[in-house]
Amino acid sequence: MTVETQTQGQSETAAPVAPAIELIGVSKSFGPVQANKDIDMIVAKGAIHGIVGENGAGKSTLMSILYGFYKADAGEIKIDGVTTEITDSHAAIAAGIGMVHQHFMLVQPFTVLENVIMGAEDGPLLRPSLAKARKVLAELAAEYELDVDPDAIVGDLSVGFQQRVEILKALYREADILILDEPTGVLTPAEADHLFRILENLKEQGKTIVLITHKLREIMAVTDTVSVMRRGEMTATVKTAETSASELADLMVGRHVVLEVDKSDAEPGEVILEVKNLCVTDFQGVKKLKDVSLKLRAGEILGVAGVAGNGQSDLLNILGGIDAAESGEVILKGESIDLTHKASAAMRRERGIGHVPEDRHALGLVMPFQTWENAVFGYHNNPEFSGKYGLANQKAMMEDTKRKIEKYDIRPTNPHLQASNYSGGNQQKIVIAREIVNNPDVLLVGQPTRGVDIGAIEFIHKQIVALRDEGKAVLLVSVELEEILALSDRIIVMFDGVIQGERMPKETNEQELGMLMAGIDPEASA
Amino acid sequence: MDFNTIIQILDSAVRLSTPLLFACLAGLYSERSGIFDIGLEGKMLAGAFAAGAMSAYAGMPVSEGGLGMTWGMAWMGVAAAIVVSIALALIHGFASITLRGNQLISGVAINFFAAGSTVLIGQYWFRSGGQTPPLSGAQRFGPIKLPFADAVKDVPFLGPVYEGLISGHNILVYIAIATVPLTSWLLFRTRFGLRLRAVGENPGAVDTAGISVGRQRYAAVLIAGVLCGLAGAYLSLGTSAAGFVKDMSAGKGFIALAALIFAKWRPKAALGATLLFGLLEAIGNRYQSIDLGAFVVPVQFMQALPYILTVVILAGFIGKAIPPAAGGEPYVKER
Repeated sequence: MTVETQTQGQSETAAPVAPAIELIGVSKSFGPVQANKDIDMIVAKGAIHGIVGENGAGKSTLMSILYGFYKADAGEIKIDGVTTEITDSHAAIAAGIGMVHQHFMLVQPFTVLENVIMGAEDGPLLRPSLAKARKVLAELAAEYELDVDPDAIVGDLSVGFQQRVEILKALYREADILILDEPTGVLTPAEADHLFRILENLKEQGKTIVLITHKLREIMAVTDTVSVMRRGEMTATVKTAETSASELADLMVGRHVVLEVDKSDAEPGEVILEVKNLCVTDFQGVKKLKDVSLKLRAGEILGVAGVAGNGQSDLLNILGGIDAAESGEVILKGESIDLTHKASAAMRRERGIGHVPEDRHALGLVMPFQTWENAVFGYHNNPEFSGKYGLANQKAMMEDTKRKIEKYDIRPTNPHLQASNYSGGNQQKIVIAREIVNNPDVLLVGQPTRGVDIGAIEFIHKQIVALRDEGKAVLLVSVELEEILALSDRIIVMFDGVIQGERMPKETNEQELGMLMAGIDPEASA
Repeated sequence: MDFNTIIQILDSAVRLSTPLLFACLAGLYSERSGIFDIGLEGKMLAGAFAAGAMSAYAGMPVSEGGLGMTWGMAWMGVAAAIVVSIALALIHGFASITLRGNQLISGVAINFFAAGSTVLIGQYWFRSGGQTPPLSGAQRFGPIKLPFADAVKDVPFLGPVYEGLISGHNILVYIAIATVPLTSWLLFRTRFGLRLRAVGENPGAVDTAGISVGRQRYAAVLIAGVLCGLAGAYLSLGTSAAGFVKDMSAGKGFIALAALIFAKWRPKAALGATLLFGLLEAIGNRYQSIDLGAFVVPVQFMQALPYILTVVILAGFIGKAIPPAAGGEPYVKER
């Protein structure tokens, strides 16, 4: 037995195996935008290979080419040393490539089994395929810690389990190469850890894994090698053991960036905003907020952590005047505010509540509108913007926009550009400029850096801290624990519509917050 | 109301629900695949015209320029109805799948086109105000007497049910009813059905599984074409109209859509929903006006019953119906 393993090991070192994936000169353009420029990349067999880069750096495009979703304009793809034409997803699957998409490619009303067999059925009738899949799934579950009820409806499963179904789909198709696109974006820290264990298991079984992420911590923790992309080009490929998170960040951005937020201790003042027993039920009858109470003081950043969908959005939308509450009270500077359907975002702004919404495409900006319109929207009735005969003073708006572009480093600097033509970071800067410039007493900020480049994250964080230092109150909702820990002066964690716990950032860590996010009270269980 | 009257009303309900059932199932295939089909009405109407015209032409003596056939003219009509309906379905498919256009607009266009062109062509060909010539004999589908219908006629209860309700319809009625379990089986027991349902819920999942979204949707739209053709053929060849009459679909395509929503896009429920609409229409036809003593329910109200139910259903008063998630949206690969 021992002898056998030794000979195997020797033969492997003697004749090096061909790399699992080799890309040679791959290029892809979308109109005038070159998403991938002459990309060379080698992924060793049986490795976990990370790809990092800012949004729009071309990571997802490159992987979509590898999975046959797009066709490259030029270049060659070799799988296990053999040149392979990947014309569509069918060809990619045949070449042994499986992909776990960022937005799961699952059919929600189908069962797990139905999702797994779809496209890989053995014949025109379903029954034999389903029976076979049930058997294979049981084997895979045992082998890789991938337990999922095969008869569960996918839409009823948590995102962590849905992701397992995606992985099972790939394994059922006998994928040897597994590509995961931003797999931890929607997971709790515990679920992410479980995922990484699964990936380690897969690696031990000889599978090759490509992990696309913007979270440098994960790259450092699980990968063997890492490639860095910037503006469509592959700028570096390094061994993970020989690099550091800050070096990777610099490579991604192309200049030196500061990952930590530089801020002094908070000096909280009086309570500006008080929320008492807020309750709301959504249109499907699900209770989204259950008796939520909190106090927000001047000069502090209150971070709201939680996995997306645990009531944070509802809290923001009620405070921002977008949704009505069912019951409860909100007191702003000693006066209660209207929580009925009669309230509006405009009324909130008059009272001094600024709102940077979570979804800037749907709520923060009007995408086809130009910068100068978006930069004053919601404040367009301010006296400084009203001209003669009750018309809008476009000149004043334009001047104001130019000042915002200058102060908030919005690029390109053209006030006539449509919002949809900016990068995520610059779009967010437009929203933040608009809300901060009007000097709110309370700023609601939802996912300030979702889809925002590292360089812009640094800038946006500075602006939020500066606002706090002016004595304003900030309510920060983010699914990024790192961001919550870095920015907040006080942290509350939401789970299933209740505040699961409150912690001070200096006295807690990601593990503890992660347990609270999963609905477990570490103090109670300890 | 005696037992015989009930049987007669139910019998009439079955006849009246047949075109609704065909159209409803047509909509079911299309919408389950993610293509909204508001053009059921137009396809049905065009099918009715094609069936009436072809059947008349096939049965016309050679001396008058026809084909002079003596049998099978009705089946020629059905074939023509299916061909025309499929052609319209393909236009809808091309607009909404290949060109990724707005499915509602395409459907509305098909309805207008069918309403206008049938009358125009009908007038040009037959010169009788847009009607096709009256059909008789093998140009139509006559009632089929099922075995032993006469023998069991006098058995209490079961006899009249068998003889009066189950037996004595034309072949298209039986085809329509047989289509229900067939559809159910196809949708839930076969690979084709799995992929069809998937493409209406999340085309991205189908695409990444290596299956063509377009091909799957075209298949669904084609089936919808066939079924709408059958619905149309039934109108002109299987009812007492005995030929095509201007606007003879009379909103049945829309009622079928309402029934589809009521049935929550499920085949067996579609049978129940269309039977309910047929029953309302049958009651409306039977009782022209009802004297309640204090006042008389007018005939217009009775005949409006199916349409009133349509409005009630479409307004969402009856339960919550969740349509296929990707319905109405053209599939575009996202960047």
